[in-house]
Formats: sequence, C-alpha cells, structure tokens
Amino acid sequence: VRRIYLDANATTPLLPEVLEAMRPFLLERFGNASSIHQEGQHARSAVEQARASVARLLGCRPAEIVFTSGGTESDNLAIFGSVQAGDHVITSAVEHHAVLHAVERLRERGVEVEFLPVDEQGVLAAEDVRKALRPNTKLISVMMANNETGVLQPVHAIGQVAAEADVRFHVDAVQAAGKVRLAVDDIGCQLLSISGHKMHGPQGTGVLFVRRGTRLEPLFAGGAHERQRRAGTENVAGIVGLGKAAECALESTAERIGRLRDRLESGLLERCAESGVNGGRADRVPNTTNLWFDHLEGEALVIALDLKGLAVSSGAACSSGASEPSHVLEAMGLSGERARASVRFSLHRHTTEEEIAETVALVAAQVARLRELSAVAVR
Amino acid sequence: MTETIAVAMSGGVDSSAVAAMLKAEGHTLVGLTMQLWNQRRLSGKEGMPDQVQGRCCSIDDVYDARHVAEMLEIPYYVVNHQERFERDVVRPFVDEYLAGRTPIPCSLCNNHLKFDQLLLTARQIGAEKIATGHYARNEYDAARGRWILKRPADASKDQTYFLFGLTQEQLSRSLFPLGGFTKPEVRAMAHGYGLALANKADSQEICFIPGGDYKRFIDAYLEEQGEALPDTAGELVSVGGQPQGQHEGVHNFTVGQRKGLGLASPTPLYVISIDRDSKRVTVGAEQELQRSSLRAQRVNWISIPGLVGEMRAQVKIRHRHEPAWATLRTTGVDEVEAVFDEPVRAVTPGQAAVFYSGDEVVGGGWIV
Repeated sequence: VRRIYLDANATTPLLPEVLEAMRPFLLERFGNASSIHQEGQHARSAVEQARASVARLLGCRPAEIVFTSGGTESDNLAIFGSVQAGDHVITSAVEHHAVLHAVERLRERGVEVEFLPVDEQGVLAAEDVRKALRPNTKLISVMMANNETGVLQPVHAIGQVAAEADVRFHVDAVQAAGKVRLAVDDIGCQLLSISGHKMHGPQGTGVLFVRRGTRLEPLFAGGAHERQRRAGTENVAGIVGLGKAAECALESTAERIGRLRDRLESGLLERCAESGVNGGRADRVPNTTNLWFDHLEGEALVIALDLKGLAVSSGAACSSGASEPSHVLEAMGLSGERARASVRFSLHRHTTEEEIAETVALVAAQVARLRELSAVAVR
Repeated sequence: MTETIAVAMSGGVDSSAVAAMLKAEGHTLVGLTMQLWNQRRLSGKEGMPDQVQGRCCSIDDVYDARHVAEMLEIPYYVVNHQERFERDVVRPFVDEYLAGRTPIPCSLCNNHLKFDQLLLTARQIGAEKIATGHYARNEYDAARGRWILKRPADASKDQTYFLFGLTQEQLSRSLFPLGGFTKPEVRAMAHGYGLALANKADSQEICFIPGGDYKRFIDAYLEEQGEALPDTAGELVSVGGQPQGQHEGVHNFTVGQRKGLGLASPTPLYVISIDRDSKRVTVGAEQELQRSSLRAQRVNWISIPGLVGEMRAQVKIRHRHEPAWATLRTTGVDEVEAVFDEPVRAVTPGQAAVFYSGDEVVGGGWIV
C-alpha cells in the first residue's frame, strides 16, 4: 500500500540534504568536539557552523544557542534552570506535556504555578498574563504554536507584558520553527525551545535559545560543554543535521503548504456533515488542521485510515501506545465526546496535491463507514 | 480476498497462540489490545501496590502483545477503552459489593467491552470478526438457525461460564480458535510457532486488582472518586435472628465465606446471606448454605430463542462449580427459576447461573 504521511507534528521525514550533511560525521569525521586534536577540531568546527545556522533562523547570536537532546530537554532546561521554591510561574492550560509536567513537578517542590485558560479557539489572552503577574513571578512559559491544533499564541504581546514587568519569558516554539517566522528579538523572550525532528532534522536534537545575560542552572552535572549550560558530549552528527535543517527552514514553504491545508480542510468539511475545525478561527501555523467528526471515535478513525495507508493522529499517546483524551481540546471547552471525535492532520514539505485529494476521498469514505457502524451499535 | 479478523491480544499465551494459528492458516489479521485500566491510578494509596508488573493492561503485557504482532508481521494497535471499562465494569463491581452481592467482572467485561466495544472498533477498522483466546466453542447450527456456544475440549479451562451473555449477533462475529485444544497443547503450539512467551504464567486474579485484595481496591477507588465508603456496618446474626456480633460493612462478605467473620464458635460458621437494607449478615452452619432453588434475572438465551414451559438443564452457579441438574421455568420477563434435584451449596447473589444441556450453553442469567 502506498503511504500518505500527514503527521508532521509528530515527526517529519529527514530531508535528503540533511542526511547528506550528517553522513560524514557518522563515519570518517567521528571526532569529539571537545578534543584537542584535528579529529576534534573538525567536529568543533562543524558544531559551530551549525550553531551559526540555527542563530540565523532565530535571529540571535550563535553564543546564545545551546544544543540539547530535543524539545523536551530544552523546555525542562528553561523551566528547571530558571525557577526555585517560592517562585511563581505563569503558563497556559494547553502547553505540551514537556512544559505541563515540568511545572507540575515544580509545584510539588514548592513553586506556585498558574495555568491560564484559553478561549474556545484555544488562544491565551496577553491581558490574562498581565493580570496573573505577582511580585514573585519568575517565569512566563507559553508555547508559540500548539502541537494539536496549530493555533498560534500572541507571544509578541505576551513578550511585551513580560518585558514591562521584567519577568523572564520562555517560548516553546517546537511546533512553530520552520512553519512561521521566528525572531527572538521581536518576541522579546529570554528563552526559546525548538526541536530538530519537527522541521525535517534528526530526532534527538534540540535547541534552547538563552539570551545573553540569562542565568540558567544546568540540568546535568558533567563537563563544561555548551558554555557550561549543557554537559555531555555533543551529538555532532545530530547537531550538523539540525543546522542543515535550520538552513532549509529559512526557505519558506509556508504558502504552498497553507494552500494544501486549506484545500484539505474545505474538502473534508464539504464531504463530511457534522464536522468542524478546532481552533479554525484563530491564527494558526499553515501545516496543521484539527477536525472533529461527530458520532465517531477518532481513535478508530485513525486506525482505519492507517490500515488504508494514511498516517494521522488523535489525542496524545499514552505509555501503552493507546490515545489519551486531549487536554488541549478539553481546555478549549470541547465535550469529551467531541474531543475524542477529533483527528489531527499535519502536512510537511513533501506533501503533494494528489495526496491531499486522495486524503479527502479516503477520510470521507471512512468517516461515513464508522458513523454507519456506530449508529447500529447505539441501542 | 479473505475477510480481515481482529485478534484480541492480551499479551498472554492463549491470545498470542490464536494470532499465530490464524496467521498460519492464511487469514488477514489485525491485532488489538484494549487499554482498560491505568494500573498506576490507585498505586500508592493505602494497601495498593506501588509498582505493578505482569498484569492485565500493564505495559509489560502490551509489550509482549506488540512483540508477538511484530513477529507475525500483523498490524497491531492499542485502543483506549478506559472510560467504558470504568463505567461498565469497575463501577458496577464496586456497587455490587456495596450492595451485598458478589460480582463477576469478567462477564461484564465480555458483555460490555470485548464483544461489544472492541467488536465495534474491529468492525470500524475493517475487520468483520473478532478472535479471542477463550476456551470455548462456537458453532452455527443451521437446523436451529442459531449460533451455539459449547464447552471446550479442555474442561479444566472451560470459560463458557463467563460468556453466557453473548448475543447471537456477537457470537456470529466471534471466533474461539482454542476451543478444540487443551492448555498444554496450546503451550506446545505457541512453542512451535516460536513465541517466546509460551511459558508465561496464566493470569488468575481480577485484572484491575493487582494483589487481589478487592476490599482495599474498593477503599482506594472510592477515596480517589472523593466518595465516602457507605456505612454498611451492622450485625452478624444467626439463622434464627439472634445477634452474634458486629461487622464493619456488607462488602466484606460473600455467601459461603468462612474466614474473617471474627466469631468464636465450636463449629465452623459460614456466611449464609447478606441483607444490604438491614445491614445484617446471617451466619450459620454449613448445612444452612444448602438451597433447593434460585432465581436468575436478565437472562440471555443462546441455544434456544426463549424458554417455553419447563426445561431440564444442568446449572452452574459459579466458575468452579460442578453443574447440578435442575428444572427451569420462566417466572417473569427475562427471569427464570431453577429448582434443583438435589440442594446446592452457597447460591450467591451477583454471580451467574449458567444453564447447560450437555456441552451446549442454553443460556444464563444473574442470580438475585
């Protein structure tokens, strides 16, 4: 069966040029970037070039880039590195688990945490952030784009609120990088997380932007890597791949992908009655749409589609691999039933028009089939 | 093109052997595991284990099932039916005990999850039938125009008692490929197919109660739900009604129970009956447990469309019970009375009465 992959927000395929850039560092250029000899120096030079590429993508200085093992580590480093008992943290109810569970752990350690609600479109109000400020507020952590709905948060406005209050601002931009323009100075954040594999780079690579002068407690004890902000031998091949992916992300494909997404959305809304877009009236990244189809289980739809060759997703994966109800859709006020009837489609650079046309036909047929069977089952 | 069969895979030997067998027969398969209960949910509460391993719905079992599916090269998915399980199995389980009855969660799970929700999921993803590792046989009898549930070849593994609630529609879509084999044969087959888990131990206890202490489970579950344990403490009385002592709640007892009564007596005492309304638990000598009849409600018929007049059948009143001859007659809508030829010991409300005619399951209902 030919496969159609529309789950880019889970991970994206490696670009061929990224793989090519990485290859030598998995083979003959195997040096440790901290070594004094030439093997080490080659590796160091490659790491620093990648740092410069990522800095260009984010509009910052290379020295402000810290390489990590991924978005989760970046978020954890930003949060645990900034906050201690007695501090107050402001975040939103729709953050990724990498942020939510990190601050929940902080709360167990005596940090006060405020989870701000979002409106029915999934958007946080900058004004609510302002109102939540307290004298001991140490950190505001808000995502730029939501992984499930693609909804963009007003991070620029929140950045202003943070600046006026002189509070540290962390932006989880994992789902925004490569999809919308990212400029850390426009946002006004001190910390910003991105992940390699969400933008056609390798899995296991990430970045935390740390604005100059931002003191950060490291997560790991160890060597003096990454200017003592992240101990551990550099993942040179991964970092090189991430650098290449960052270069590629500068060429915008947003317009083309946005057109395809809109076509997918309108096609499905037209073909499937009793359906709708979660967060459809908010500003969104161009590659994501999250649709509900009443009277069915999103989980069953995802499996049925997978068996037909289409990869999409619903909810969040729990440890067994089953889907869990989405805290994001719940925070937007969806009923449990409708949240479970929701499916995410996320496009990537290689998505084609033909794939979108096929997807519309396939999904419409499966939605009809599932609804027919569910209706019979209701007794 | 052969029709797709969904295999309900628990990660145990039986369902893994089913998958391997059907694969070898050339069927198109999809493996499904139900995520029914989060074992960590109540962990750490008083009396509940902190770490849970090797039990139904545990990550280890999912790992085993996934590994078998990979080996057999069949698509495999874990589906989340936790809400339905809690609503239709866990909550009724707790409520039954609190009402002084002794529930059978496995039957509820078969009726509401495996052969209902999971079958629906299977059909939605394109499989018209579901195969499970139950020891039972299921055949269509053209003469009667009905699907007939029968005891398996291995009488010691007979699971038909837990399957009495299946409708004709459910049976028509269910396959029990192990019905013709004994457990040792199934283990040997699993070995033959190269399944690493061929020697894995059988699961015995109730899957969502690791350790098997249902009283502590009820305490922990109600605490999690923010509900107080209803006060059903009351008197222990003799069959004649004389007070014998006090008890701390009706859910601590099951009919026929001997241990844990807290009474000193020269002869062994047993729980004879439990009355939720008066909170009285009646105790007495073993012979007081004998009953000559029972009533069963919410009866489901399998080999016959319904009971007309009277019928002779063998009646099984708990999983490990040698069926006893009785005469059945209808006493109300979906309600049957069974009058035994010889009295039976410890008829227990909440358990099932399943009616057999030879190897065939005639039907069954819930003892009241």
